[in-house]
Amino acid sequence: MSILVNRDTRVICQGITGRVGEFHTRGCLEYGTRMVGGVTPGKGGEEIAGLPVFDTVAEAVDSTGANATMIFVPPPFAADAILEAVAAEIELVIAITEGIPVLDMARVLPVVKASRSRLVGPNCPGVITPGQCKIGIMPGYIHTPGHVGVMSRSGTLTYEAVWQLSSLGHGQSSCVGLGGDPLVGSSFIDILALFEADPDTHAILVIGEIGGSAEEEAADFVRHHVTKPVAAFIAGRTAPPGKRMGHAGAIISGGKGTATAKLEALRAAGIEVADSPADMGEAVVRAMARGGRR
Amino acid sequence: MKIHEYQAKDLLRAAGVPVLAGRVARTPDEAAAAFAALGTPVCAVKAQIHAGGRGKGQVTGSTQRGVELARSADDAARIARGLLGKSLVTVQTGPAGQTVRQVFVESGCRIARELYCAVLVDRRVGSPVLIASTAGGVDIEEVAAKTPEAILSEPFDADRGLAGYQARLLAAKLGLPTASWRAAEQFFGSLTRAFVRLDASLLEINPLVLTEDGALVALDAKMTFDDNALFRHKDIVALRDEAEEEPAEIRAAAAGLSYVKLDGTIGCLVNGAGLAMSTMDLVKLHGGAPANFLDVGGGADVKAVTEAFRIILSDPAVKAVLVNIFGGIMRCTTIATALVEASKTVGFTVPLVVRLEGTEVEEGRRILAESGTAIISATGLTDAAKKVVAAASRA
Repeated sequence: MSILVNRDTRVICQGITGRVGEFHTRGCLEYGTRMVGGVTPGKGGEEIAGLPVFDTVAEAVDSTGANATMIFVPPPFAADAILEAVAAEIELVIAITEGIPVLDMARVLPVVKASRSRLVGPNCPGVITPGQCKIGIMPGYIHTPGHVGVMSRSGTLTYEAVWQLSSLGHGQSSCVGLGGDPLVGSSFIDILALFEADPDTHAILVIGEIGGSAEEEAADFVRHHVTKPVAAFIAGRTAPPGKRMGHAGAIISGGKGTATAKLEALRAAGIEVADSPADMGEAVVRAMARGGRR
Repeated sequence: MKIHEYQAKDLLRAAGVPVLAGRVARTPDEAAAAFAALGTPVCAVKAQIHAGGRGKGQVTGSTQRGVELARSADDAARIARGLLGKSLVTVQTGPAGQTVRQVFVESGCRIARELYCAVLVDRRVGSPVLIASTAGGVDIEEVAAKTPEAILSEPFDADRGLAGYQARLLAAKLGLPTASWRAAEQFFGSLTRAFVRLDASLLEINPLVLTEDGALVALDAKMTFDDNALFRHKDIVALRDEAEEEPAEIRAAAAGLSYVKLDGTIGCLVNGAGLAMSTMDLVKLHGGAPANFLDVGGGADVKAVTEAFRIILSDPAVKAVLVNIFGGIMRCTTIATALVEASKTVGFTVPLVVRLEGTEVEEGRRILAESGTAIISATGLTDAAKKVVAAASRA
């Protein structure tokens, strides 16, 4: 078992004819992902990496039976690409694109919410179930199959955590990159619920960062609804207020979104906190040693 | 991206949001002329810098505030003289303050009540939201912390906009006289439309003033734009005042790097925003202080990494540099090659600690070792932090 994606997931790439889209489509194919096609308006009939290219998502779904898409469409057109995927009733929409205007996402989210589709991202590394399916830009080889569920708002920090876990002999059930933007399709809570319900996930690692209140909401959810051991790390303890730290979402504003408030909330919910980024893997081990939360 | 108050007011006026008449001045003479042209008995002379708290802020070495009232043209010139070219220190500028290069001379009005309102994107709701409070002109963050119930909030759909009833609901809760409700519908309606049309990320009116004759006026305006949406707003990009920004940050942005200057002595070069933030935290945890946040991004090439080194080393406070790369899509060999290149072209004047992990790490380490570049290699995050803190304290 796993969450969101497995060896049966049939994936298309929107923006497959772009340099980045093609590069990562090949990367996913090499990993063993069942890539079944791609979409670029006006490029239908072409072939990329041995896969058929379609003009529309609807056509791609009809021909390939795709149930997941990864989006590499450039920022000005990415929101539209998400809407197209949702209209074609694709179950899982993973938006990798970085730099989508926040009001575009404000227009997209209500449509996603009213649909049967689940959106992960944007501005995220993607989703991987080690050994089965990789959708996104993460380096596949650092992951090992196992029982720790990982979710994060940042990319390379997730790789760091996965590396630590794999080095300690702890594989991952699935790893989900939520994205570094202020408005994203899936929250920590959405993914926590999936990991809690997945029998193959035995412990959960939450990697957050400054800005917003997603980590506080996650802590509250863990306290009431999660029985599995949970560990967490928050990036940006030393970040000054009012300065955007790379991610559009990583900014302390109006006294809100500080690391201190997030750490307090996590600890109060009985979550094992890693004080150092070097300690993320060990924190999971400690959380597992403490055992289930109830 | 930030703009000045006078620029924000130009945009608001064009969008139908009531603001007072005003003129920008870059010399005391221009300030006097502005006063005369406005023809009101009292004007406010307001320092224009990209930081808040100007009213309570103070000019270094004098008792002058960032906002003062003028009752004559000479008065306006005198106040402008006390501000222009001087450093203004506010709660948001840091102790060094920010140089005032222009002032805004704005006509006065008769104030009955001071309120607060702002438009921003609420992450929890997932939509833009208009917030308002009866506590205008004061520190809204304090209000939010002490009495969160005093802050009213109306979410609205980006395309449908704020409904008339929502504006009236706020007007009622703010205790505005019913005679001013039409004014409230007009004010809040045009304000929220301007926010959406201009792709703002924050539009803050503090204070929002109810005048003695029942009108609503934006007495101050702070406007920040969504950097990701600037591609469709060339007219707003033209308002950028680079003199207000950190030169190194402008340079970094031009090279596709994300850089934020900080006050410490340890320069950091990292790939990925989350890892870059964590690296700063790690340095601090081991007793050092980061000199910057720098994310070279996933697709950085030799040129970008070399520029990153130039920017870090141009900060005279930097005593040592920590390179922390987790190669994913970015290969360790790319970073190693760039390091060797940069050492030749930039020249490292301070100790350099390098921690590489991930894709093609063995090959990357070999490139570094064989180049003869003077680096201190580290094996893990903790090891790297200890070594760079030690190196910085020896320097």
